[in-house]
Order: sequence, then C-alpha cells, then structure tokens
Amino acid sequence: MPGIFQLAADNLVSPIILSFLLGLIAALGRSDLNFPEAIAKGLSIYLLFAIGFKGGVSVSGHGLDGKLVAALGAGVMLSLSLPVAAFALLRAMARLSVTDAAAIAAHYGSISIVTFVAATSLLAGQGIAAEGYMVAVAAAMEAPAIVSALWIVVARGGGGKRMSADLWREILLNGSIVLLIGSFVIGWMTGQGGLNEIGGLFVEPFKGVLCLFLLDMGLVAGRGLRTNRSTLSLRLVAFGIVMPVVGALAGLIFGIVLGLSQGGVVLMMVLSASASYIAVPAAMRVALPEANPALSLTLSLGVTFPFNLTLGIPLYMAAAEIAAGGNF
Amino acid sequence: MDTHPAKRVEIIIEAVMERHLTQALSEAGVTGFTVLPVMGGSGRSGEWSREGQVGRASGMVAVICLIRPERLDTLLDAAFAVVERHIGVVCITDAQVLRAERF
Repeated sequence: MPGIFQLAADNLVSPIILSFLLGLIAALGRSDLNFPEAIAKGLSIYLLFAIGFKGGVSVSGHGLDGKLVAALGAGVMLSLSLPVAAFALLRAMARLSVTDAAAIAAHYGSISIVTFVAATSLLAGQGIAAEGYMVAVAAAMEAPAIVSALWIVVARGGGGKRMSADLWREILLNGSIVLLIGSFVIGWMTGQGGLNEIGGLFVEPFKGVLCLFLLDMGLVAGRGLRTNRSTLSLRLVAFGIVMPVVGALAGLIFGIVLGLSQGGVVLMMVLSASASYIAVPAAMRVALPEANPALSLTLSLGVTFPFNLTLGIPLYMAAAEIAAGGNF
Repeated sequence: MDTHPAKRVEIIIEAVMERHLTQALSEAGVTGFTVLPVMGGSGRSGEWSREGQVGRASGMVAVICLIRPERLDTLLDAAFAVVERHIGVVCITDAQVLRAERF
C-alpha cells in the first residue's frame, strides 16, 4: 500500500501536474494569464498528432493481433454502456433533468485524450509498457457515447435531436478523431523510419508541450470553476469523483478479460474513467441545446479531470498492479 | 451621395452552429454575410470566453447580413429555424448602403 502513496506523491510533483495546478491557481486567483485560442488549438493538434503517430509506430513494430480488434470492440462497448451507468447515477444522486443528465452522461462515456496522454507519460516514467494500439481504442471510444446519450433522451421522452446524416458526419469526422486516426495510420505505415525522420519534433519536446497544454487546461478549468461554481451542487461534485472510479472498474474488468498488459489495463481504466471536454461538448450543443453546458463542462474539466490527473491515475496503476498479481 | 435603405441583421450564435446557420441562410437565398469571431461575453447562460478554448463548444460567432428590407422576413424565418433552441441573440437595425444592387 505505501507504493500507492509514493506513486501519488511522485505524480503530484511532476512538471505536468504542477503546470496544471499553476493554471488552476492563476485562474482562481483572477490572474490575467491566458492562452490565445489559436495557440491552445495549435498545442492540441501537436499532442493529438504526436500520440497518434507514436501509437501507430508502436503497432508497426509489434504487428497486429486479434487483441486489437477485441480491444476496439471492448472500447466501443464501454463507450456505449458507461453513459447508461452515468445517467442512472446522475438521476439518483443529483436529480437532474433527463436532458442535463444525458448530456453529462455522454461526456463520461467518451474520453479525455489529455488524461490518456498524461497516463501514457506516467507509465513511460515508471518503465511500464502498454499496447500501442490503445490510441486507436481511445479514438474508437470518442463517439459511441454520444449515440448512447441521444438514445437515452429519446427513450425517456426528453426531446433532443434525432441522429441525422449531418450529425453523424459531425460526430465521426470530428477534428480530434480525424487527427488521432490519421496520425495513427501515418505512424503505422511509416514505422520506425518515419519516427526517425520526425521524432525530433514529436518525441523530445512532447512533455514540454504537454506541460504548456495542461497549464492552459488548468486556466480553463479554473475559470469554469470560478464562474460556474454556483451551478455545481455537492452531489454533482461527488458524481464527478464517483463516476471515474466506476468507469475505471469497468475498464479494469475489460482489460483483464482481454488479456492486456499491465500498462494496457491502466490505459483502458483511464479511458473509461475520463470524461470528454472537446468532442462531446460540441456534439451536445448541436444535438441537445437545452442542456446546460456549464454543468457538463465544469464537471468534466473542473472536477473529474483534476481528480484523474492527480489521484485517479496512480490509483488505477495500483489497482492494475494488484490485479496483475503484483505487490503494492 | 445617394444612399439606400437596408436592414442589418446581426446574429450572435454558438460557434458549433455557424455552418448550420450559414447553410440555412444560403438555402433561403441570402448569400451575402460576414462571420466574425467574438472574444467573450456574458448573458442568460453565464460568462464565456474564447481564451484557451480547444473545442468550439464554448465559443460564439457573429453572423452579419445586410439585405433589402423586403427580404427581411425570409432571412428571419431561415435564421430562426436554426437559432430558436440555441444560445444567442438576433438583432435588426436600420442601415443605409451605397450600392443597392449588391444586396
């Protein structure tokens, strides 16, 4: 057990987490520190390309196996089913309207790619390997949750927009999904040779760019918490911490059943535990405009994201270690 | 110099709805409009800002059209069908233009 606390303590003083905390504190303290929108988008494009490309290179080195297809299927199943659990929890814990609960549930069925990237960095720091194709699983888990949440709304008579061809296109061709899958394919096709060519940009500076991006995430999260704190009840905050643990547990079970490596199980837990704040919020604004965006964004970015980043990831690593028969 | 009466319609709408709105306007025959970024603001749905945002969910845009007064209702019908359920503001003002044939 002391290992969990040591890992959590090490994680808390990493430059990545401290950058996020700096942004959070600066925003809560009303500092004028800010990132222009174009720079924030540029950083996210860099990170998505780098993580997708490196995942593709990893798969090209180790080859494909049936586990990839099974992991993709498991990811889609998790993304479809987690919103149902989140919706039930929200209705029981926070007594939200059907529309608000479904919109939040969609966020928790989808994934946060930055939490995934932070977990990948922490695993690499600990020398724990993970399957490269988990990046593809991350991309596969982005969209199904949206479909699931819209189905819940229609089934519960909450209104909302039916899935039109236009909405499908917007969801499936979302910029982050296109970039993640596209860079994964490029990495897969070009392999180690490709990495040698462009690694100078996408390997060495990666953690530094991640620090800057998390500084921005901290600023956005802090501003959201400051301006929308009155919309978050204690019950909702509790949901923002309970739901990732529920998701991580589901990810742990799926990871073990699939026979993933210890690092792969951790990443499956992280994907299931994280909540979207890029792809799903935009889709929900189009499909469920009556839902309050302040609730879902503040909860996913202001509560669940910091929880996963600081305590969640070390906790999931410890759980995966114990499940693998290790001693923590 | 001769000026001609026109209507200036300014629609502040969620950034994710920009394409939906401009498409509806085009289909209604309103092919001239300008889309401007909006830095931030505050309204019934709370404060919002473009600063540091990666996704488009929290951003707003301003779509501005200048049209002949007799075409105003067509434009408003098309615009309202899109903006009705969304956060935003629709504002109409009287304007004067120099080259009436362009509107």
